Amino acid sequence: MAAFTLQINGKEYKTDVAADTPLLWVLRDHLGLVGTKYGCGIAQCGACTVHIDGNPVRSCTLPVSAIKSAKVTTIEGLSKNGDHPVQLAWDEVDVPQCGYCQAGQIMTAAALLKRNPKPTQQQIEDAMHGNLCRCGAYHRIREAIQSASKKL
Amino acid sequence: MSTLNKTSRRDFIKITSLTSGGLVLGFSWFGTEAAPVILNKASLAGDVNFNSYLSIATDGTITVFSPNPELGQNVMTSFPMIVAEELDADWSKVKAVQAPLDKKFDRQLTGGSGAIPHSWKRLRTAGATARYLLIAAAAKKWNVDPGECTTANSFVLHSKTGNKLSYGELAEEASKITVPADVPLKNRKDFKIIGSSVKNVENKNIATGKGMFGLDFYREGMVYAMIQRPTAFGTKIKSVDDAAAKAMPGIIDVITFKNNVAVVGKSTWEVMKARKVLKVEYEKDGNIESTAGHNQLFISMLNSDKPTERRKDGDVETAFKSAAKVITSEYQCPFLPHSPMEPMNFFADVRADEVELIGATQTPGSARTAVSKLLNIPEEKISVTITRLGGGFGRRLKFDFVTEAAELSSILKKPVKLIWSKEDDMTGGSYRPAVRYRFEAALDASGNLIGYKLRGAGINVGNSTRENNFPSGAVDNLLIETVDHQSPITTGAWRAPVTNFLAFAEQSFIDEVAMAAGKDPVQFRLDLLQKARTTPVGAINYNIDRMETVIKTAAEKSGWGTKKGVSQGFSVYFSHQSYVAQVGEVVMKDGKPVLKKVYAVSDCGEVINKSGALQQVMGAIVDGYGHAMYGKLSFKDGAPEQTNFHNYRMIRMKEIPEVEAYFIDNGIDPTGLGEPALPPTGGAVANAIFKATGIRLKQQPFIDEKLFNPA
Ligand code: FES
Ligand code: FES
Repeated sequence: MAAFTLQINGKEYKTDVAADTPLLWVLRDHLGLVGTKYGCGIAQCGACTVHIDGNPVRSCTLPVSAIKSAKVTTIEGLSKNGDHPVQLAWDEVDVPQCGYCQAGQIMTAAALLKRNPKPTQQQIEDAMHGNLCRCGAYHRIREAIQSASKKL
Repeated sequence: MSTLNKTSRRDFIKITSLTSGGLVLGFSWFGTEAAPVILNKASLAGDVNFNSYLSIATDGTITVFSPNPELGQNVMTSFPMIVAEELDADWSKVKAVQAPLDKKFDRQLTGGSGAIPHSWKRLRTAGATARYLLIAAAAKKWNVDPGECTTANSFVLHSKTGNKLSYGELAEEASKITVPADVPLKNRKDFKIIGSSVKNVENKNIATGKGMFGLDFYREGMVYAMIQRPTAFGTKIKSVDDAAAKAMPGIIDVITFKNNVAVVGKSTWEVMKARKVLKVEYEKDGNIESTAGHNQLFISMLNSDKPTERRKDGDVETAFKSAAKVITSEYQCPFLPHSPMEPMNFFADVRADEVELIGATQTPGSARTAVSKLLNIPEEKISVTITRLGGGFGRRLKFDFVTEAAELSSILKKPVKLIWSKEDDMTGGSYRPAVRYRFEAALDASGNLIGYKLRGAGINVGNSTRENNFPSGAVDNLLIETVDHQSPITTGAWRAPVTNFLAFAEQSFIDEVAMAAGKDPVQFRLDLLQKARTTPVGAINYNIDRMETVIKTAAEKSGWGTKKGVSQGFSVYFSHQSYVAQVGEVVMKDGKPVLKKVYAVSDCGEVINKSGALQQVMGAIVDGYGHAMYGKLSFKDGAPEQTNFHNYRMIRMKEIPEVEAYFIDNGIDPTGLGEPALPPTGGAVANAIFKATGIRLKQQPFIDEKLFNPA
């Protein structure tokens, strides 16, 4: 066990866990931030996507010890009132089915639009390739990203 | 952070009505046709028959209580829409609440696309009854004829006098009026909410990461558990060495029960790590089977002299003897895991006096019965609270993970959160069964189908056919048989059970037969339907007119037979009481076929929520295509060879076709849509690929075929 101080969603969190604990489980089990999902645990599905200094990262394979002073953003901290353009587009286009993958999809999409506010369809598909949606909501995920992009 | 507080029927009545006033109408969501009843102290004292309620609070808030588990089929939105329609409610004031299990909920289950058909009339009646009571209350107050009052947007209006009162203002009065035995329902041409596009009521919670799924549930004092199950089917535990695991940090205990070794600890990660140092040896306890062996087995099953006869019409032998042409073809599909994105998990707290079960299940009622039997605790003492489900696809119809959690909690005497890893999910069984079909068709000299034979060989399927579905009824001489093999590899219902593969095989074969008869595939199907209409043979499960309509509409919308530059394939299927025809469009790119587009025409009766319905169709096509193209779970020495998404391929955004979906507007009572758009997709795609390449795909996944792997 070791003590870690993490910068998450603009707040400081302290936690005492084994150094190899993936950020995903620190968030979920120790800090009560359950918006970040466990899907595969091996960086294949994207359900656990968070931002580390603005970049999309799979938190299921990121040991807490590697984070140091980097800024972590989770779905809970993407916006104050749930009004990030991507979150709004998700409702406007009525994207979610079961909804389980959607936090990860939104985090990947938000990071893409920050880097590239006007992505082509091809660029969207490339960026979203690591995010699985078992319900097959891909059409609307893509459409919502395009819609959010128009408003940026 | 207990986001899901336990409520019981007693509690919700207390919360909603008796303290706050207003109108609370209890009604039966499924099951009986009993008229709704006003809930108050008097009616609750007796033996009331309801399993849902609709409440109108004095502030105008309308609450609809949904006993159906939500797994993405959007009932949390579409069901309240039906009530609100008949009630003429202001949609922005309607709230849907997910119900915990009540012992009177006799069909609290999500599966078989049955939620909407079961509830349609009852939900409408509940809404219409509440509207009647509100009008009666207003008319009494104004001393006017109720027949002169109208309703709109949560108001009762009397145009002659200009009087107007809101539902909230009338709710208390309305609760004192006698419920009528019969209320008229709206004419569908007056529908305002039904048939419109209403957004999922949970979108905001989902998009902001609210903890609403089973895995998100946490209770102070609970422990985390994972179970090491046998790595191969047909084996059992020989020995367990748990010393190293027990010594790992954060581990509370290691418990061996049945064929399970449970590692219990203070956090998920610590349990995952300790599992890695468990030493469990297994020994043979049944057949150890492999995919290679199954492939052999299928051949002998198809040649078995002891098949189960499912249907026989006419004289098949003579028809085949006299045939001008006989076409024989075989199709095969592999096992598939369900792969919902949220792995199985459940919370159980077994105490001396009561049991609490909380999590994502499609069958809370059966889960409770099973736990009651297992622990010998009366059902009345067991509560089940349903969370949102991170996908089901049939996997959560089984409740093995619920009984495991309950058994562990009872052994540990602690609240337990049981978690399956993704690997546990993929290797733990309950798969879509593997099947091989042999089809035979006899054509006369003019290309008429005079004989048809289908034999299904399946592994733990039971009946791998749908003997009264198309083309049964359209062929004079027909024989449908099955052969089943009992295997230790466990199987279960997978989205559109049996038809998820049968439809591909049958619709591909029909295409083959049409080609052999020298007929257009669409016309060939229409001719068969015409034959079933004029000279029907035996039982026919499907409605000929409805099937014909989706076929013709799909042909028209897709420009069947008129398009240049794309190859089209046709498919139509009837399942779960709905009809869906699809046209797949394929183009060649770098020598390989690429699916560009799928047209889908669905007849599921009345469409409740257009946005939700579209989404179900798009999702089902992505699912049907994705699994036909990539899905495969194979076995070696009893163990699955694919264990997680790195070696089990799922369709991704880049690979989806464009979807153009239409619905037949016929006003027939609604049937389900969660499944019916999936079965036709494989056939539409395979038939289009045949058109493009001349190669007939007979085995799933398609990606394993030479066509996609030229070497
Ligand atoms: S859970 Fe991290 S990528 Fe799947
Ligand atoms: S919405 Fe269910 S997995 Fe994406």
